[in-house]
Amino acid sequence: MSAVPPTATPKTNRIGLPRADYEGGKSTLCLGCGHDVITKQIITAFYEMGVEPHRVVKLSGIGCSSKTPAYFLNRAWGFNGVHGRMPSVATGAMVANPTLAGIGISGDGDTASIGIGQFVHLVRRNVPLVYIIENNGVYGLTKGQFSATADHGAKLKSGEVNELTPIDCCSLAIELGGAFVARSFSGDMKQLQSILQAAIAHKGTAILDVISPCVTFNDHEGSTKSYKYSKDHETPVHEIGFVPFFEETMAEIQPGESKDVRFPDGSLVRFKGVGRDYDPTDKEAAMRAIHESYAKQEILTGILYLNPSKADFSSTLNVSPGSLVNIPLEKLRPTPEALAEIMESYR
Amino acid sequence: MSTVVTEEGLRVAGAREVVFNDFSLQVATANGSGSQTANNVLMRSIFQMGVPVSGKNLFPSNIQGLPTWFTIRANGDGYIARKRDLDVLVLMNPETADEDVRTARTGAIVVCEQKLGVHTKRDDVLFFPVPFSELVVKVTTAPEHAKLRKLIVNMLYVGVVADLMGIDHAEIEKSIAKQLKGKQKAIDLNVNAVRLGWEWSEANFPEKCPYRVQRMDKTAGKIIIDGNAAMALGYLFGGATVASWYPITPSSSLCESFIDFAQDYRKDPVTGKLNAAVIQAEDEIAAIGMVLGASWVGARAFTSTSGPGVSLMSEFIGLGYYAEIPAVIVDVQRVGPSTGLPTRTMQGDLLLCYYNSHGDTRHPLLFPCSPEECFDMAHDALDLAEQLQTPVFVLTDLDLGMNNWMADPFAYPDKPLNRGKVLNAEQLNELKEGWGRYKDVDGDGIPYRSLPATNSPYGAFFTRGSGHNERAVYTERPQDYVDNVDRLSRKFETARHMVPKPEFQERGSKHGLLAFGTSHWGTVEARDRMERDLGISLDYCRLRSLPLCDELRDWIARHDRIYVVEQNRDAQLRTILRDELPEYATRFVSVRQYNGLPLDATTVIDGVVNDAEIASAKSPAGSLKAVSGDAAEIASAKSPATRSADSPANGNKESNP
Repeated sequence: MSAVPPTATPKTNRIGLPRADYEGGKSTLCLGCGHDVITKQIITAFYEMGVEPHRVVKLSGIGCSSKTPAYFLNRAWGFNGVHGRMPSVATGAMVANPTLAGIGISGDGDTASIGIGQFVHLVRRNVPLVYIIENNGVYGLTKGQFSATADHGAKLKSGEVNELTPIDCCSLAIELGGAFVARSFSGDMKQLQSILQAAIAHKGTAILDVISPCVTFNDHEGSTKSYKYSKDHETPVHEIGFVPFFEETMAEIQPGESKDVRFPDGSLVRFKGVGRDYDPTDKEAAMRAIHESYAKQEILTGILYLNPSKADFSSTLNVSPGSLVNIPLEKLRPTPEALAEIMESYR
Repeated sequence: MSTVVTEEGLRVAGAREVVFNDFSLQVATANGSGSQTANNVLMRSIFQMGVPVSGKNLFPSNIQGLPTWFTIRANGDGYIARKRDLDVLVLMNPETADEDVRTARTGAIVVCEQKLGVHTKRDDVLFFPVPFSELVVKVTTAPEHAKLRKLIVNMLYVGVVADLMGIDHAEIEKSIAKQLKGKQKAIDLNVNAVRLGWEWSEANFPEKCPYRVQRMDKTAGKIIIDGNAAMALGYLFGGATVASWYPITPSSSLCESFIDFAQDYRKDPVTGKLNAAVIQAEDEIAAIGMVLGASWVGARAFTSTSGPGVSLMSEFIGLGYYAEIPAVIVDVQRVGPSTGLPTRTMQGDLLLCYYNSHGDTRHPLLFPCSPEECFDMAHDALDLAEQLQTPVFVLTDLDLGMNNWMADPFAYPDKPLNRGKVLNAEQLNELKEGWGRYKDVDGDGIPYRSLPATNSPYGAFFTRGSGHNERAVYTERPQDYVDNVDRLSRKFETARHMVPKPEFQERGSKHGLLAFGTSHWGTVEARDRMERDLGISLDYCRLRSLPLCDELRDWIARHDRIYVVEQNRDAQLRTILRDELPEYATRFVSVRQYNGLPLDATTVIDGVVNDAEIASAKSPAGSLKAVSGDAAEIASAKSPATRSADSPANGNKESNP
């Protein structure tokens, strides 16, 4: 083995897989689409976290964002469902086999309009799933209509102005008991990567609302989801350092003016202040900060709220923690005596 | 006291012989008045006396106050379909008493609250007026019992009816003890009330009801259970591990029963954790989505709902069909369209389910007719869904799902779970790139699938509702699309040989009856009555599933005229038969009932004898022609009864093709 020259050995992760094993098909989205940036970060995050690809299920609904599971983790099982209903499919899958690692990709139309009902109940149940909203404020595949996350006063290319109140998926998720609620921007790759890794470590629903500009239909002057606007208005509430359970050291952020939140598996998120007083474990403060950011036209980013100890859905249902898929028949089918007992009760 | 029995009433009663073990009894109460226990006690007591019996609850969509009726059919020969003519009425609801009396048939027996005064309103009906409201005070003298009067009064009519009809007091006490499960104070209170009713009736009604219960031995070993509980047990023993549902009448008690059974029989004794997950979803769309997600990773999953739920599920069901994901959907049918009559029964979702979702789709449907079959077909449906990798419907209805049915104890299922064509890691590693998720290797249209978490680099594939080729890759190529949907057609052809076969009962006739699900019960009774009373002999086929199989085609080919009995307006099964067997399209005569009430035999007899073909065939003998214009008279020729009010001509129609 040692005879192989070092240059020929591809770099591998902690389970010995090369990055190529986490890649997917070629994207068919528009050149420069924010979604493709997120896809790359997802590949990196699963690679860095050393998740076995065959244990991953990647689910989506319908829309540009929902196409992206085809562009990462080819060795994971993909499920492209119906519009707005990915959460229910994910719920069934994750309850049936909680040993899977689930990632759901949705968009602002798929989540905040047609899928708002399923989104709401996914969060309430705390189904273990990384749920990414690739948020660009418009419907891409149907050519640029406003979505429900479009800001009040935002302008379409045609000049049409949005007069309706936007739905803020982050404050909604916090309100519903979401235990991992983050917002990021596809132009802030470093922050997005830390959040993604922390989301993978989180056992419960991790909501990531990622501003992901649509270069074709919503990147113009007057848009509030353009690259320029997002860059100008992004306001990180902290710097995030994530140390997975299998690593010892904190490379980026030294202890000091920081707050540590530990996950049950031993992973750690270290938050460093960036000149404002923000406690991501304080639910009310998080809600207040988000509400205040509207008036200031700030796009708050970071892990806005975190509570890693909340019980996940299978625990709430009191279901066996292992997979329900291959339980042997003798454990599933009650005995003849049990049937006789049941029959007797109906005599 | 009994002087209120009028001369005409006595004449009617006196003219009639005492009838043993053949009657229908209907109790009219208000919803939420606690009469369910009393009615079940009556039904069980008759059952315990060995007499075949059924109980049907005709209730409103309401929790408290609206009228509700409970009908008991007892029949020594085992006919337990709803009977159109009511023989004995117990009128406890002042709101409906006038109308119930007005529409009672001549010669009916009516037990009623004396102070309602309805017993003076007809002289061709035999009344037994009872001062229930005075009597109930006597058994509830304790101050803590005063508030229970509304409930206890029901046990008084149980006592009165028991005396009038000869129901064994000991059996009543036994069934009260069973219903109240060892709550001794409640048992005593109820038994006392029954006793008072009994004694009062004994002292005041020297003349008894002409319809009597007589001990026999036709129910030994049998159970009484509703179809929903029976089917929940089927899923328990059939290895279901995930159930997802949204509450809807008449299906709610199916998953609720499954929850109870899982708590008792699926709990790990060591960890206390369940080997089953039941999720109450936010709506039916989510319920089916969860079933598809769970089935996709390899769990045996089902949902139960009713018509409105299936309407909501349609988009996902199309995905299940096209992406080939197992799913079991129980549709406990109720009266549509829209909200319809949500607490009444119908077989109105055949077309909705068979062709469910947009585009070209078709799904297997199973039709249990009894609790035993609910139990068996739950398992069959799970197996079929996994074998065929497609959504499978089980269609019952409110009548079967929510009412109490006599049944044989369920046979212990000894067959293994059939998980269908699932590749494990070893097989995948061997096949490598040779495997295609949607490749028809065996020529039966059924491809091989892999399950998430299978540890093989060759196992993963992309499930999508958009166009895909046999390697599960996105495609819009015309030929790929055609190849794929043609294979799905082949798969459906395979399903023809896998679904439960029909049951045939031959009597050597060139004419036949064809029914499915709960229509079975009224149909077989009609067949026997027609043979006995009218000399019309008919073969019978009970369809147990769709798609149609070869045996059914052969049976149809052998019969010139086939009466298709179903409980919907548009002859939905006949539509499917005509479509799939166009060469026999003119042989099907539709017989239908769609008034929300369970099918009665008289409707079927009317439908057959009104059919011109059979009438003219019989006419040379002269026995049928003269009366064929009025089938109702033929049907009721044996008894002095006329139509009762719950069976208006409307909704009991028959038509020829």
